[in-house]
Amino acid sequence: MKAAVIVFPGSNCDTDCFHALRDVARMSVEYVWHKERNLPRTDLVVLPGGFSYGDYLRTGAVARFSPAMEAVAKHAAEGRPVIGICNGFQILLEAGLLPGAMLRNKTLTFVCRHVWLRVEDAANPFCRKMRQGQKLCIPIAHGEGNYYCDDETLKKLRDESRIAFRYCSEDGEVSEAFNPNGSRDHIAGILNEKRNVLGMMPHPERASESILASEDGRQIWESLLS
Amino acid sequence: MFKAKVNVTLKKSVLDPQGKTVMHALDSLGFKETRDVRVGKYFEVSLDYSDRKKAEEALRSMCDRVLINPVIEEYVFDLQAVP
Repeated sequence: MKAAVIVFPGSNCDTDCFHALRDVARMSVEYVWHKERNLPRTDLVVLPGGFSYGDYLRTGAVARFSPAMEAVAKHAAEGRPVIGICNGFQILLEAGLLPGAMLRNKTLTFVCRHVWLRVEDAANPFCRKMRQGQKLCIPIAHGEGNYYCDDETLKKLRDESRIAFRYCSEDGEVSEAFNPNGSRDHIAGILNEKRNVLGMMPHPERASESILASEDGRQIWESLLS
Repeated sequence: MFKAKVNVTLKKSVLDPQGKTVMHALDSLGFKETRDVRVGKYFEVSLDYSDRKKAEEALRSMCDRVLINPVIEEYVFDLQAVP
C-alpha cells in the first residue's frame, strides 16, 4: 500500500506519521509538499497534525487553499481513503470534505494526554479490524478540538453511522466527564458520506508502538492494509 | 477606494467558551451586572474599487469564502468610501 503525507507550513506530526506508516505499518510512504498540484500514485492520503499557517484566521482555514488540497479532494471523490489527524481533521472541515467546524476547547486550555475512545462504527476502511464498542487508548494534543455541528448534521451523522469514535472512560462509558474538549455528542472522529474520509482529533501515529505506551492506533493502519 | 470594517461573532446557537470565561472574570472583578459576553473578531479591509456595489459584492464573497466559517460564525460590516 502506498501513502502520501501532505506537508503544510506548520505541520509538525508529518514525520511521526511517515515513521508510523513506513516503519510500523510497512507502507511505502512519500511526503507531498502542499504546493504540489498533483499527488504521486497513492492509495492513502494523510493530512497530519500541527499548526498549519500558525492557525491564522481559524485552524485549517488557510491550508484548505493549498494547491495540494484540490488533488486531495479529487482523491476523496474517487472513493479512496483520506485520513485527517488533529489539524488534518480541522483542514478537512474547513475544506468541506467533512461537515461541521471546530471551536476552542471548552476549558480554553490546550489538552495533551492519553484518552479513551469507543469505536462507534467498524464498517469503514479505517476500523475494519476493530469491532464496534471496542475501546482504544490514543493521545490527543489540541486547543481546538471542540467539534461542533448543527442538529440536522448531527442527526445525519448518527443515522448514517458516521461517528467513528467517541471519547469515553476506560470502561467505555460515554459522558461529559470523559469528554476532554466539550465536543458535540462526545465526537472524536467522523466519516464522510462515502465513508472513505476520516477526520479524528486523537493521534494514532503516536500510539503505534509499545514503546509509546499504547499500540492501539496501529489498528487503523492494519485496517487500511487489510 | 473603500474601507470595510467587518465584525465577526459566533452564531447565537453556538456556545462561546471564551465569552463565558471572560464573563466569569468580569463577575469576579465586581461587574455584577454583566449578563453575557461574546468574543468575536474584527477585520479592516481596504478595497480598491470605484463602484460601491462591486466593492460590496467582493467583500461579501471574501467573507463567505474565507474570512468567516458559516458553520459557526456570522458577520456584519460597514463599508465607507475613503479618499
